[in-house]
Amino acid sequence: MPKIIENVGCPYCGCACDDVRVTISDDGKKILDVENACAIGYEIFKRTSYEDRIILPRLRQPDGSMKNISYEEAINWTAHHLIQAKKPLMYGFGSTNSEAHAAAARVMDLAGGMLDNCATICHGPSFLAIFDNGYPSCTLGEVKNRADVIVYWGSNPIHAHPRHMSRYSTFPAGFFTGRGHYERTVIVIDPRHTDTANTADFHLKVKQGHDYELFNAFRMCIQGHEKDLPDEVAGIKGQTIYVIAEIMKKARFGTVFFGMGLTHTDGRNHNVDIAISLIRDLNTYAKWAIMAMRGHYNIAGSGVVWSWMFGFPYCLDLTKHQYAHMNPGETSSIDMAVRDEVDMFINIGTDAAAHFPIDAVKHLKKHPWVTIDPHITMATEISDLHIPTCICGVDVGGIVYRMDNVPIQFRKVIEPPEGIMDDETLLLKIAERMEELKKEGEER
Amino acid sequence: MITHRAIEEGIAMEIGKTSPEYYKACSLIEMNELDMDILGIAENTNVQVFSECGQVIVTAVIGKQICDPGLCHIRQGVWANQIVPSRTQSTGAPQYSGFLVTVEPAPNERVKSALELIQSAVGLWKEL
Repeated sequence: MPKIIENVGCPYCGCACDDVRVTISDDGKKILDVENACAIGYEIFKRTSYEDRIILPRLRQPDGSMKNISYEEAINWTAHHLIQAKKPLMYGFGSTNSEAHAAAARVMDLAGGMLDNCATICHGPSFLAIFDNGYPSCTLGEVKNRADVIVYWGSNPIHAHPRHMSRYSTFPAGFFTGRGHYERTVIVIDPRHTDTANTADFHLKVKQGHDYELFNAFRMCIQGHEKDLPDEVAGIKGQTIYVIAEIMKKARFGTVFFGMGLTHTDGRNHNVDIAISLIRDLNTYAKWAIMAMRGHYNIAGSGVVWSWMFGFPYCLDLTKHQYAHMNPGETSSIDMAVRDEVDMFINIGTDAAAHFPIDAVKHLKKHPWVTIDPHITMATEISDLHIPTCICGVDVGGIVYRMDNVPIQFRKVIEPPEGIMDDETLLLKIAERMEELKKEGEER
Repeated sequence: MITHRAIEEGIAMEIGKTSPEYYKACSLIEMNELDMDILGIAENTNVQVFSECGQVIVTAVIGKQICDPGLCHIRQGVWANQIVPSRTQSTGAPQYSGFLVTVEPAPNERVKSALELIQSAVGLWKEL
């Protein structure tokens, strides 16, 4: 008889929804139905039952084709190339568990290489601002139970975090927000008329790339200089800015959720820096918090784990062995790629070939490229070695950190295909093999 | 030009990046109707988009999430990243949004598949 598993975690976005209901087949090998997940989460669970799942590592041959090899051969190939490389880079980690983050750190510590996660092309600039200006944040539960003013700035949750508004922010009824969205004011600040903007009480169509000026204008109002506001700032009328600033000042509890609209455009970390300063100003009058709309379900996890281990959340330079070093711009994946600084690339838990600018992909492909991923991706189709692994949250469990840095234990819902390894086991075996090879005298 | 996530792209990505769904969801440029009129671009015809670092052929549509005149959007992914500048302002994050592009009608050009774009870029693409 099919079995229903309650409270399953969804391995898609930073919401890491943990209320998904999954029905599995009698033999525990197939997913029959998925409830409560968004359209994207549903597809993730559904895809695991595809017949074309890759179950053996594949090594590229001189004629360009891929040949199946054993896990043992793949581990040996990777360990050997890691030892031979002067400055290998391991990048990705948004879509794997934190056990794998720790195992990857062991591998790259041994290799004396670079370790980076997809925050580097995502909320990396937010980290830079947070280092400089602090992070007055909260949990999503506090937003649900307390917030009466919600600001989505440069983020479009209907598309990128489909259940964010229904689970945590706009719509749910909480302890002090019993009437749900009737008690909340939602403000969207975005240059496009997005679907999220359609749900808002106010949409401020900021001129693209001029967010910093608009933050400054809000700060002027909050600090009592509204009379000095120009007629228009960043495409928004001064009077509108004043009205919104007054709503913010009178909030019982407000939260700003910011996304790639701030970190991918001109200003980058400076946009987030001034957003944090605005929150500080607002806290003179009301209780306000700010939160980054983290993309992958466990991108926060690698930052947390590596901060414990090395003191830095991303862009780690472990080449010095005795101590870690971090300096985005110098030690960040894209910058190193386009400067041709790395001589081996391991892509795990994300698809660098699809999501890096093509210029960076071309540079990385000059050197050995290993992709560790359960599925066929653009990265697997150009890599020298593809090692398939289990899917976290589906056929292997593990700890993940939600966008508010709350850890959640994800569980395994079905059995993985026979013989397939999970990321943590694979990485630990690579580390063990490297140690063996070093003992046998292999050196660069 | 801005490049961001869309739910259609997210669903298609999970179906698979070599799938027709991904091709259909991501090989588009969303523009304002006025800009398309001025440039002589009919909806659902192909255009060539040039940036400081490359070019790509995509299909022009009027965005449902409306872009103002002068602003256009390609969903994040393989097609967008053919023209995204890799400069990072020393932060590690490339210029995924807020870069200048030129859009020209190219009704007779072909929109390449994701695999063809990526494998061609690194010398692995083989015509069948």
